[in-house]
Amino acid sequence: MTGRVFLPLLRRDLLLAYRRRSELLLPLVFLMVVVSLFPLGVGPGLQVLSRIAVGVIWIAALLATVLSLDGLFRGDFEDGSLEQLVISGHSLPLAALARVAGHWLVAGLPIVLLSPLLALWMNLGEGGWSVLVISLALGTPTLSLLGGIGAALTVSLHRGGQLLSLLVFPLYVPILILAASAVTAATDGLPYNGQLGLLAAALVAALSLAPWAIAAALRLSLE
Amino acid sequence: MLKARKLQLERHFEPVFAPVDLDVAGGELWLLTGPNGAGKTTLIRLLAGLLRPTSGTVSRAPGPVAFLGHQLGLKDDLTVAENLAFHQALTGAEAPVESAIAAVGLEGARNQAARTLSAGQRKRCALARLLLAPAPLWLLDEPYANLDAEGVALVDRLLAEQLDRGGACVMSTHGALRPPELPWRELAIEAPS
Repeated sequence: MTGRVFLPLLRRDLLLAYRRRSELLLPLVFLMVVVSLFPLGVGPGLQVLSRIAVGVIWIAALLATVLSLDGLFRGDFEDGSLEQLVISGHSLPLAALARVAGHWLVAGLPIVLLSPLLALWMNLGEGGWSVLVISLALGTPTLSLLGGIGAALTVSLHRGGQLLSLLVFPLYVPILILAASAVTAATDGLPYNGQLGLLAAALVAALSLAPWAIAAALRLSLE
Repeated sequence: MLKARKLQLERHFEPVFAPVDLDVAGGELWLLTGPNGAGKTTLIRLLAGLLRPTSGTVSRAPGPVAFLGHQLGLKDDLTVAENLAFHQALTGAEAPVESAIAAVGLEGARNQAARTLSAGQRKRCALARLLLAPAPLWLLDEPYANLDAEGVALVDRLLAEQLDRGGACVMSTHGALRPPELPWRELAIEAPS
C-alpha cells in the first residue's frame, strides 16, 4: 500500500513540469543572469573573477533553487491534491520524497549540467571544474530537501515565498561553506575529499530526515 | 465504520460547534446539515482525519476512505483521463479509467485539460474518482454543488450503488438539495452552547 506512491507521483510531477516547461526555464535563466552580472559589477579582470567564481556560482544556485522551491507544494495545497494524498493513506514522507525528487530533476539537475558553462564564464581555475560539478551534484539535492521543509511550512501562507528564503538560507550556510571550500582547495591543488565527503554526508542525512520533516510540516499546514 | 465521540474543535479558543457524536454503519447515508458557517466542512475534515480535534475521538474502520472536498484535487494541466489515471495508480484501483469517464458523462472531454472544464464538469471528473477506487467510506463535502439536474441524478445513482455495496457515506449539504429516494439520517450541526 505505502510503496505505490513514489512512482505515480514522480511521473505526474514530470508530466506537469513538461506541460509548463517554459516556467522551468525561469530559474535557470535567473541563474545565468545573476552570474553574468558579476563581471559587470566587479569588473572583468580574470584574476578577480577566478577568486569569486565558486562563491558566485553557488550563491546563484542557492537563489535559483529557492526561487523554484516556492511552488513546490503550493499547487497541490491549493487544488486539493495534498488532501487527497493524505487521505489516500500512503506514506506521506515517501510522497514528499517523490515531490522533492521531481523538483531536483527539473530544477537542480539542470544547474549541475549548466555549471561547466558558468565555470567558463567566471574563469574558474582548470582544477576546479570537475569538483564544482561534483559539489553541485551532491549539494543541490540537499538544497531541494532542506528547502522542501521550508516550502511545506510556508505553503499555507500568503506571500510565503519571502518567509521561505528567510527560513532556508541559514540552513544552506554549511552546504555553501563546504562546497566553496572544496572547489577552492581543488583550484589551489590541495586535497578536497574531506569537504566532498561532508557534502555527501549532509546529503545522506537530509535524505533520511527531511522527508519526515516535510510530511510533518505538510500535515501542520493542512490544519 | 465510522465513530465519533464528543468530537470538538476549537478555533481561537472558541468551539466551532457543539460536541458531535456520530455512529455510521455500513449501508447508511448521513447528511450533515446546518446553515452556512455552521462547521459542516470542518466536521467532514475532522472525520477524514485532515484536522486534529481539540477533544474527542474519531475512529475509522481500516480501509480506504474517499474524500471529496471543496478543492477537488484535480491538476489543471492534466487532462481528465490523465487526472483519473494518476488517481488509479495512486489507489491501485482496478476499474478502468474509460468506464469511469463514461459513467460520469465526460467521454467528449476525456482529452481536455482540466483547466478548460466548466465547474460542473470538474465536479463530474472528481466524482469519477469514487467509481475508480471502491472505498467503504465516502466523505463528501457538498457533492451537489455546481451540478446540473443530470449531475444531481448521477450523484444519487452513485450514492445508491455505494449503499447497495454496503458502503457508507457522510455528506454535507446546506439543505437546498437532498437525495430524493434514499433513506438517509441527519446530523444537524448545532451551535456551541
